[in-house]
This record gives sequence, C-alpha cells and structure tokens, in this order.
Amino acid sequence: MKQSIKKNQTQQSLADSIKAGLYKLWSFPGGIKLPGNKSQSNHQPITSAKTARQLVIPLNQHIGQAAEPVVQVGDKVLKGQVLGHAHGIISAPVHASGSGIVTAIEERPIPHPSGLSALCVVIDTDDYEQCVEYTPLIRENKVSEAQAGETRENSADEQSITALSNEQINSQIADAGIVGLGGALFPAAAKLHTAEKMHTDTLIINAAECEPYITCDDVLMRYRPEEVILGILLIKKVVGAKKCLIGIEDNKPEAYEALLSAISGYTHAHKTAQTEPQIEIIPVPARYPAGGEKQLIQVLTGKEVPSRGLPMDIGIICHNVATAAAVYQAVYRGEPLISRIVTITGGAVKVPQNMEVPIGTPIRDVLTQAGLNEEKIEKVIMGGPMMGFALPSIDIPVTKATNCLLISEKDELTTPPPAMPCIRCARCSDSCPMSLLPQQMYLYAKSRELDKLQEYNLFDCIECGCCSYACPSNIPLVQYYRYAKNEINNKTQERNKADLARKRHEFREERLEKAKLAKAEAARLRKEKLAKKKALDAEKAKQEEAKEASSDDKSDSTASEKSAANTTAANSADLIQEAIARAKIKKAQQQSQRKNTENLTEDQQNQIDEANERRSKNSQIE
Amino acid sequence: MLSGILAFIALASFFGLVLGLASVLFKVESSPVVDKIDALLPQTQCGQCSFAGCHPYAEAIAAGEAPINLCPPGGDNLIQSLADLLDVEVLQMDADEDANQGPTVAVIIEDTCIGCTLCIQACPVDAILGAAKQMHTVIESECTGCELCLAPCPVDCIEMIPVKQTVKNWRWPAPQYNANNQAAETIFTTLDHVLAENAKP
Ligand code: SF4
Ligand code: SF4
Repeated sequence: MKQSIKKNQTQQSLADSIKAGLYKLWSFPGGIKLPGNKSQSNHQPITSAKTARQLVIPLNQHIGQAAEPVVQVGDKVLKGQVLGHAHGIISAPVHASGSGIVTAIEERPIPHPSGLSALCVVIDTDDYEQCVEYTPLIRENKVSEAQAGETRENSADEQSITALSNEQINSQIADAGIVGLGGALFPAAAKLHTAEKMHTDTLIINAAECEPYITCDDVLMRYRPEEVILGILLIKKVVGAKKCLIGIEDNKPEAYEALLSAISGYTHAHKTAQTEPQIEIIPVPARYPAGGEKQLIQVLTGKEVPSRGLPMDIGIICHNVATAAAVYQAVYRGEPLISRIVTITGGAVKVPQNMEVPIGTPIRDVLTQAGLNEEKIEKVIMGGPMMGFALPSIDIPVTKATNCLLISEKDELTTPPPAMPCIRCARCSDSCPMSLLPQQMYLYAKSRELDKLQEYNLFDCIECGCCSYACPSNIPLVQYYRYAKNEINNKTQERNKADLARKRHEFREERLEKAKLAKAEAARLRKEKLAKKKALDAEKAKQEEAKEASSDDKSDSTASEKSAANTTAANSADLIQEAIARAKIKKAQQQSQRKNTENLTEDQQNQIDEANERRSKNSQIE
Repeated sequence: MLSGILAFIALASFFGLVLGLASVLFKVESSPVVDKIDALLPQTQCGQCSFAGCHPYAEAIAAGEAPINLCPPGGDNLIQSLADLLDVEVLQMDADEDANQGPTVAVIIEDTCIGCTLCIQACPVDAILGAAKQMHTVIESECTGCELCLAPCPVDCIEMIPVKQTVKNWRWPAPQYNANNQAAETIFTTLDHVLAENAKP
C-alpha cells in the first residue's frame, strides 16, 4: 500500500516536472498506446539461473561475421574463457559461460525466426564453476557500500576513469564481446570506435523499454543503478560526448529514482574531484515505440535522423542501459558478456520474474526454474509481443539477444483473424512513427513492385508493428514489409552475383579469344618459316641440279666428242671413266656438305627421334 | 532570299557535321536494348536457352528471334521483368517442371577426381581450380550452377547440391494469411495483433 502511494507520488512529480517545463521535450509522429503488462515481472529482485548441465553457445550472436572457434572438442574450458575470436571488423568474440568440457562444435538450432541451425560450441558443465582470472581495468568498489550511501573513498574512481585511455577501454569492451543489448546486437566496440572518430557530442542512453511485458532494463536500473551510471560514464568518455541524456519512459518511476540517487551518490562521492557527471535523466511519455532509437532521439533532441542514415550523422550515439551495465562489468570486473538479464513472463509462467541467465542455457531450463504451467502454454515468444517472434521449440539456448521470454497462455494473445481488404482508412499511416505510407507500401508489396516500394522509403520502416496493430482489416502489414525488404536485398544480391558471373564470363571469353589469336599467330609464323625453308631448299636443289646438269653436260659433251671423233677408243673410255669418277666425287662432296647429321652419336640420334615423334604427335593433335 | 538559303545551308551542314562527329565519337558499342536484357538475365551461362550463353540469348531476344521464356534459371520472375521491359505478353516457362529447383552449386568428389582438366575447360565462369593430374575443386562463391561441367567429366565425379540454407541467407516467406492456412501462421506469427483485445476499450 505504502509502496503504491509512493509510486503515485513519484509519478505525479514526474508528470509535474514535465508540465512545469523542466524538461523540454519534442515528440515523434504516430505511435500507439499499449497496455504495459509490466507489473507482473518487475517487482522481484533479479534472480539468477542455475547452471545448466549443458550449455549451447552459438558462435554468431551479433550482427556481422561469426566468431572463429578457437577451442576443440574435448578441451576443458573455464568460465569466461574465449571460445571464438572476433573475425573481421564487425564481429565479437564469444566466451564460455560455465566451466566444463567441450563436447561438440556443431550446428544446433538457435533462436531465429527461421528455426534454422547455426554453428554452436556445446559445453557439458562440471560442478566447479572455475573461472579464468579476470583482469579489470579499475578495481571495483563494493557495490553494497555504494548502495548504503556511504561516502566512498573513491575519488580515485573518477580519476581512474579519466586515467584510462580510450583505446584501453575500447579494447576491453571488444574483448568482452559486448554487443548492443537493446536488440540491435551491433558489436559495441565497433560502434564506439566510429563514434569516437565522428566527433559525436551527445550520448543518448535508451532506457525507454517501450514494448509491453519486457522489464529487464527496468529491474537492471532499479537494482544495479551504480553499474549503469559508471558504465555510461565510461561510454561517454570513449565517444567524447559533451552531454548525456538518459531517456526513460514515465512508467518506470522506481528506476528513475534509483538512477537519480545513483547519480547524486556519485556526485556526492566525487565532490573532491569537482566533476559533474553531466548526465540528465529525462522521462518521456510512454507511447510505443518511444524506445525506438530514432524516436527516442527525436523526443529528446527534436532532431530527426536522416532517411537511411545513422544517428552518428547528426552527432548522436545511442546505447542501451544494459549495454552500459555490460561495459561496467567488463571494465570494473574484467568480466566478459557471459550472462544477461531475461524477463520471463506471460500467463503460463507461475512466477514471472527477471533472471540473470548464462548465455547458452537452454530455454527449457530457464522456464522450468521459473515454473511453468505446461498445459497452459500456447506460444513461446522471444522478445516482446510487438517485435518478437515465436520459437519453434524450447530446446534452444538463450543468447545475447534474448531479452524476454513471453510464454503466452491460451487466449492471452489473440490470433489474428483473416485479413480483409484494405479500406484506405489511413489508420496505419496515422500510427506510423516513421511518417511512412503503410497502405501504399502494402499495395506495392503485394504486387511486388519493388522499385516503387523503395520510392516509398520501405527501408526506413523499423518494423515496429504499429500499422498492423492499428489496421482494422487485420492486414499483417509488417510481414509484407519484411518480405519485401528480403526480396529487394535478395534481388540486389542476385544482381551482384550475376554481374560477377558476367564479368568472369566475359573475361574468360576474352582470354580464350586471345589464346586463339596467339595460336593462330604462332601457326602462321611457323608456316611462314616452313615456307621460307622450303623455298630455300628448293633453291639449293635447283642450284645443285643446275650444277649437276652442267657437269653432266660436260661429261656428255666430252663423251659425245669422243664418240663422235670415234678415235682412240681406249683414251676416250679412260676419259669417260675419269669424268664419271669426278662427277661422283663431286656429288659425294656435295652430299656430305648438305648433311651435317651424319656421324651422329647414338644419344643425339635418340634425341632427334624423340623430337620427331613429338612433332608428329603435335601435328596430329592439331 | 539568297542569304536566307545560305544561312540554312550553313546551319544544316554545321549540325550535320556535329551529328556526324558525335555518332563517331560517342559510338555506342552494342545496342542498349541488348544490354538492358542482358542485365536482367541471370548470367548462369548455362545455355539451356539453346544459345551459347546469356549475351547471345539477349541479342536474340532483342532481334525478336527468340521468345522470352527460354531461361529456366531466371524463372517466372525473369519472364515478368522481361515482359515489363519489352512491353510484351508474359509467357509460360518453356522448360520441364523440375528444371528450376532453386539455386545449386557444383561440388567435385575429390576421391574420384582424376585431374583431367575437362571440367575446367567447360566452366563458363572459370569457377573450377586445378591442374593436370591434380585434384580439382569448385569455388563455391563463383559457381553459377549451370551444370556445364557435369557432362565432360569422364568419371562422373561432379554433383550438383542445393545451396545450403543458413540463418544468413534465410528469407521471410511471403505472407499468406487466410483462415485455413495454419501452417504458415505458426511459423511466422509475429503477433502484431496480439494486444488488440487488450487495447480495445
Ligand atoms: S489501416 Fe489497414 S485498412 Fe486502413 S488504410 Fe491502412 S492498410 Fe488499409
Ligand atoms: S512497421 Fe514500419 S510502416 Fe508500420 S508503423 Fe512501423 S515504421 Fe511505419
């Protein structure tokens, strides 16, 4: 009772301060009011999950390239040990979330709308929970002390944050495998690195958590506000932001208070250092999707992220509170991202709660621990009811992306009735937070006019589901957009592949053509050579003939003279003999001149034979 | 009168010269229609259209010598886009039913390969690596799945396998919402409407 009064008061004071114009707020177009359904799960402190007998840790839990496994089957691994290294610029390492033996590195089903499998490291855990030795950058002050509000001797703390270099912090974040825990799963270190280079001046921390049922960020802020604040300070230092705004929906007064007192505790403790944390907590009206990155930026700063652009283009970087807490853990405890807070809620769960679950724990184990009314289960949804997806089975692991497990009971979530034709009521465009024209995009998606869809900025759609929710004809609009986006990406990819194939084919044709020309040229040259040789031979032969003929003539003529004279026969016969002998000698001489291949050694002869054989073969092939 | 005629003659010859020069200087190598058609073709270079590759088929289409429905790898999508481009009627695919079974790639069974290089000579996109009497292999990312390497192989060691579906290349299915399509619904219900009941006053 007391609590609720207090809560009402805080809410009142929040509303007042907004009204009083303490915070200048802007607004985003569209959006819808949704029932929160958060109170079921946000009253208990964070529980922790028991270590599962078997952990299944996917190697790709982030946007970008999958991690490269560095362990082998049979290896003994400790908690916190690296299982896979980051592979490429946009990637993140993956760590063991418990100690044990690696029993397999294979494809296992992972939580994904497709229900497909991906490469996972499977660890059979032992009971020892052995940890690798963590190397924090800053020694941690006991959180309990901080909570007690005691003046901590930690002005050293602030100094140590400033003493750290950006590279140090960023490489610690990269090594810890931290990814955007708000749902984007973009490797945090890569994002911070770009922000640092782009001179980002505003850091926005997303604590809105606008989707119904989900409360993991809420309880994180309530029960570990110091971690969040210190994490934020670290991020702020790395990106070099001048100011930091925390946007929180006004339905979380407890979290708001907790953060406020954490900040004032921090300022109090750091009076000596005379530094203001320069963090502002700004409550924003609860309206879905206020937690969308672009929407939150618009509400807090009045600036709009350009179409198909990034917040960094307008000097803003956005991070989630849970990411900030993970950064804290990495820097102050040296602990990699091996567990996350998961909201377990829905009608079929006996005790809705938030649980800190080691990555890789089977969802079945988590649900059993939370207590499940098996007969009541209708659907298991990962994520919230607006943007989440139904899981095909509960024998898949919790990953860095698992913020909420919503186990709906029958009739808790209505199954969409069959879609009716669009009546052009424009409720969808009224609710669209991105100011798109959903009904137009729907028509084009249906008739697969992909260029038109792009003209209507399909790719600015954040798939928030407001339009489908608002549509009185129950048209599953978002599914059309997802499908159309996929189609377009698919087409581009195919196009690229076809272009590559064309290039390679053309290159091949060109190469073959060149080879053919070269061959023809070679053949022509050979022929020419041959012809020349022939001509030469022919000439020689002619000369020879001519010579021979002349000598014959001579002998003939002498012979004829002799015979004609018919005198001294013996003389003449001698002469003839002489002439013949002369001619013979001459011939022999000529022959020996022409042939230099006589008197060859056996080796040389063999070589020649081989060469001849080769030549004849070649000509046969040709 | 005379000056007018002269002026026009001068103008005409000037523009004639300019146009003539332009047609020589900015000569378009091949017909733009052919290029446009070629850009739509899948570049598998498989020859199933009975032409010696995608570009020859594009030329034939442009010349009106071939219908637009001869390319099985392009499928119905290609026919549709060709029909749009050329403003002709959409035709039925002229191929066997099982001709297009989704993308495939060739793999060489390494134990059986004798290194004869015949497949290398057949591959239209140089996607096969190897040398005489050495084992050959297919570069998966370059393979267009044209199947031209299957026939020349003397030991039948090349197989076509479907491209593996992974989380990365998986696509959302087209929405099919009707009351009796339960199967589709269970797979990808995103519960966009789930709170409708709660929200209604
Ligand atoms: S809300 Fe639904 S029925 Fe109305 S215009 Fe949009 S798509 Fe059409
Ligand atoms: S899903 Fe896309 S089109 Fe629909 S309301 Fe959200 S941003 Fe607009």
